[in-house]
Amino acid sequence: MTTTVEPAKSGKSDESAKSAKPADTATGAAEAEELPPPDEGEDIPVPPGAARTLLRELLGPHRRPIAVAMLVVMVQQAALQSGPLLVALAMDRGIPALRDHDSGPLVAVIAAYLGCGLLSTVLQRAFIRLSGRINQDILLDLRGRIFRHAQRLSLDFHERYTSGRIISRATSDVDALRELLSEGLQELLTVVLSVCYIAVVLLVMDWRLGLAALVSFLPMYLIVRSFRRRSLRVYRRSRTAAAGLIVKFSETMNGIRPVQAFRREAANNAAFDTTNRQSAAATADGLLEMARYVGFSRATANVWITGVVVLGAFLVSDGSLELGVLTAFVLYLRRLYDPIDQLAMFLNSYQSAAAALEKMAGLLAHEPTVAEPASPLDLPANALKGREVGFEQVRFAYRTGKEVLPSFDLVLPAGQTTAVVGATGAGKSTLAKLLARFYDPTSGRITLDGVDLRELSTAELRRGVVMVTQESFLFSGTVAENIAIGRPGATREEVEQAAREIGAYEFIAALPDGFDTDVRKRGGRISAGQRQLVAFARALLADPAVLILDEATSSLDVPGEQAVQRAMRTVLAGRTAVIIAHRLSTVEIADRVLVMDQGRIVEDGTPTELIDGRGRFADLHHAWRESLV
Amino acid sequence: MATNQTPVPVHRSTVRSLLRLWPYAREVRWRIVGSVAAALIASGSVLVVPLVLRGIVDGPIADHDLRALWPLAGLLLLLGLVEAGLFGVRRVIVARPLARVERAMRGDLYAKLQRLPVSFHDRWPSGQLLSRATSDMFTMRLFLAFPLVFLIVNSLVFLTGTVLMFTLDWRLGLITLLPAAPLMVLTRHFESRYAELARRSQDQNGDLATVIEESILGIRILKAFGRHRTMAERFKRQTRELRGTELAKADQLANLWAVIVGLPEFALGCALAVGAIRVANDELTTGTLVAFLSTALALRWPVESLGWLLAYANEAATATDRFFEVMDEPEHPDQPSGHPVRAEQGIRFSGVRFRYPDAPADSPDLLRGVDLHIRSGETMALVGATGSGKTTLTALLPRLYEATGGRITLDGTDIRDITRPQLRELVSVAFEEPTLFSATVRENVLMGAPDATAEQLTAALETAQAGFVERLPAGVETQVGEQGLSLSGGQRQRLALARAVVGEPDFLVLDDPLSALDVHTEALVEQALRQVLGGTTALVVAHRPSTVLLADRVAVLDQGRIAAVGTHQELLKSSPVYRELMSGEAATGPAAPALEGSTA
Repeated sequence: MTTTVEPAKSGKSDESAKSAKPADTATGAAEAEELPPPDEGEDIPVPPGAARTLLRELLGPHRRPIAVAMLVVMVQQAALQSGPLLVALAMDRGIPALRDHDSGPLVAVIAAYLGCGLLSTVLQRAFIRLSGRINQDILLDLRGRIFRHAQRLSLDFHERYTSGRIISRATSDVDALRELLSEGLQELLTVVLSVCYIAVVLLVMDWRLGLAALVSFLPMYLIVRSFRRRSLRVYRRSRTAAAGLIVKFSETMNGIRPVQAFRREAANNAAFDTTNRQSAAATADGLLEMARYVGFSRATANVWITGVVVLGAFLVSDGSLELGVLTAFVLYLRRLYDPIDQLAMFLNSYQSAAAALEKMAGLLAHEPTVAEPASPLDLPANALKGREVGFEQVRFAYRTGKEVLPSFDLVLPAGQTTAVVGATGAGKSTLAKLLARFYDPTSGRITLDGVDLRELSTAELRRGVVMVTQESFLFSGTVAENIAIGRPGATREEVEQAAREIGAYEFIAALPDGFDTDVRKRGGRISAGQRQLVAFARALLADPAVLILDEATSSLDVPGEQAVQRAMRTVLAGRTAVIIAHRLSTVEIADRVLVMDQGRIVEDGTPTELIDGRGRFADLHHAWRESLV
Repeated sequence: MATNQTPVPVHRSTVRSLLRLWPYAREVRWRIVGSVAAALIASGSVLVVPLVLRGIVDGPIADHDLRALWPLAGLLLLLGLVEAGLFGVRRVIVARPLARVERAMRGDLYAKLQRLPVSFHDRWPSGQLLSRATSDMFTMRLFLAFPLVFLIVNSLVFLTGTVLMFTLDWRLGLITLLPAAPLMVLTRHFESRYAELARRSQDQNGDLATVIEESILGIRILKAFGRHRTMAERFKRQTRELRGTELAKADQLANLWAVIVGLPEFALGCALAVGAIRVANDELTTGTLVAFLSTALALRWPVESLGWLLAYANEAATATDRFFEVMDEPEHPDQPSGHPVRAEQGIRFSGVRFRYPDAPADSPDLLRGVDLHIRSGETMALVGATGSGKTTLTALLPRLYEATGGRITLDGTDIRDITRPQLRELVSVAFEEPTLFSATVRENVLMGAPDATAEQLTAALETAQAGFVERLPAGVETQVGEQGLSLSGGQRQRLALARAVVGEPDFLVLDDPLSALDVHTEALVEQALRQVLGGTTALVVAHRPSTVLLADRVAVLDQGRIAAVGTHQELLKSSPVYRELMSGEAATGPAAPALEGSTA
């Protein structure tokens, strides 16, 4: 489940970007029959211009520092590039003057040379520090945006897009941009500035030679363009191959038990080899493109240098050019072509960053379907522990139009425990998710003590309604911390009390470090049933007015389930509760049972009424009693 | 999981680590030699260029003899083309071979990981393994392609250039060379501090990735409890810490670059002053000074690069270590010995003990002498309290874990005397957590028996009540798994069950196979499963009475031993532990009334 489907690049993907071994593979708690079909498109559609807008928003607040950094690097380059010019001055002015016993010019030139060296050193240092700050601030901003946005996005989004894809947005895609910012941009800036400076200096020193040198930009441009086009194709191929490798690799490692138990090793090796070969071919092609580029561009540069030297020699010999100028010119010319290789590297990191930015912009442009209210209401003060739940003309359909719940009305009085039963796909989970406001109804409204759920702030809503699902993901950290998610700030006594009430105390205390056992570390082997108990303890600690249990007891054994039921009768007494259960044993503690079939509530009554009746529930219950023999 | 639990060896030799790459690099050694040679000649031509320039300045230009210019210009052009060609060739000759080396290493790693026991995978987060298969491979390949070549080439170029400078003018040579030593020392100093910070930033990045990953994987819990803020706070704190480290890194980098830019400039300035004076005094020709300065400039890169080339070599050594950490991991080879097969039929556990290798030293073994005999054709249910080791016991049978004591026999043969592939062909398993792979439904199910017929596939799907498959977009050809349709827990469980039974195995292990099914489906699966269980010897982990009833007999696992064996009815009467497990009644109470009542 944690597969990062899209690596940014085969290269420096982050160490543990994909490191979580899934604590629980049962994250797909939603039943597939109830799931909207996954979008055909691999990725989130990106609105046109979103990437550019995002870039502008990210850079916007840093306009000033960016301007300062640009200024610094401009001066720095000017200082750095003045070297050959000063060498020329030393030769054309300093040496003749010295021959006439005037050391003034040479001293001045050497002083200028050393001064420029010092200046460029200081400014180089300043620029790296400054641009480091800008980069980090931009990344901080971007990381925060993606994180907050992913959290804000509604559950239907998270159910459609695999977790791996969202995770890679916030990790490897950010890394791609980081690489560009920290190395690429700085390099590009230096390259562009040095090229501009040198071009100007060349033209100023001698416009004829300068012009001749600058003509080389044309073939260079063509070579760069061809490299870009060709390497983009290879880049796409290698990305696809790398993604395939990573998926195969992660799936094998995360599913090593079935792999070994079903002797998949040979078949896996063969499949992996195919992808591995594709990846190697793409890698090699990328290297060859680079080789081609380097060869051609170097050759062009060297041909030009020879040409300029010959031209210069003629100019010197007819007296229209000084020897020192030609010397400086040749030194500059070699510098002009120095950044050729760097440019190629920049183009590579630019490609992956641009692709990454596009994807991140797509994620950020996706609006959550379940939005926070602009002016949230508070729940009315209430003396009771539970609250009344109302479904008014509620109807729910997927975006595709497929109706899951036809319009219905339902009132769950405060303090009532209601069990919802029915076959897989009957709409039980959808009902629960609507009540927990994981989804909003297509029409109608759901109320808590008369207040529409959509009017409540998240904090207020979660004080009111808490849902425990079948999946029992544990966050890294200690067991105690995992329980305390139910109520941050809870004392250790409260945490332990909650564990005790749910019958989880014994097994937790028996772990190597008791409540302080790290669930991802040595000895933290916690079974599916135990994880569900931790999830219950968490809900108990949260102490909500309305508690929803969605198949929350599936992995518990009988004693575990009974402990949960006991807690429901004692600790949670007076709360409004909705229990969705496969197991009819859970139903016995309910005040009321709803039987659902194809999105409709077909039976509604007390357990005794329904058992004694002749409806579906009576049948189900009969079958269940049979199974207990 | 972000915390790297692999030990970082303090004392290790970079060279010794890198030498371990030899078996893989061997195949490409001549290519690398060729690459070095090409780079060397190309770099050599870079050094010759200033000499040609001197020839041009001091010869044709000084003498105003333009006819003499052409041969020299031709030489310059030739050198340029040779340089360009060789730099291209250098890359070309290693491109495919090095990609092959990377492929071979990655393939070997993958194959090795599949051979390593499950206990290894318990210890290593998949992310740690993945980074070895991706970024570490990249680092090693890059090392062979670039830093290795240029460590050799640049050292030689540096030596040659130095000799050349000293030949041109030893005084100037000395002046230029003076900062080389402090430059390298300072570079190394800043590099090492930078490396420290880089390591920290890597770890912090890993922790950050963990928070991100968990916030996505646990999104339902965060939403259910409205805990975005808590997570966001944690995220914010960590991104700020990371920013701090990154800024410290930038500062070190700034220092590093200041040294790299500043020191040579200073030396060149001095050389220029002294050179100019000597030219003025006619102790030196202009051409020599030009050649000298060109050479000095040409040597800047080799000197500067040594620092980061060494740093990169270091990084590649780390990557190599990380790679061999996995490759050196001992495998437990199959040692089938021709022990005589005893006539006893069925599965027998005798005195089986097990403890996880990472269990705390003071904890008792999880299994402390399990004795159990499952007769041929019999279905045995295994019950026990949460965490009693039921799942672990089932994992010993296909040797996913090796028992640490005692022995397990299948039809009289010790399972250690059967090769793992053979054993796993005999024993088929449905796991508690049903994992599906990115493949079609058909491929996922047929994993259990690649040669199974279409009829067997249909029969297995029917047994598992996986009729929903027909309603999937492409039926049994529908892609599922991470890259396909996501199925519910119940659906995945049914497919995993179909996978276990499709090959009509001799021995079947089912770990709580019906936990995620609704009552109705469960009843149907049970009915169908009875048929299958009739023809096989099976061990079924059960949490509930309904599952227990699939079995002929029941074994109760308690305190690491089999506490009781018998039929459901017998155990309800005789075993307080069993009664508690099945009814939830306290062990001291009388026989469970609820169950007894419904027996009739």
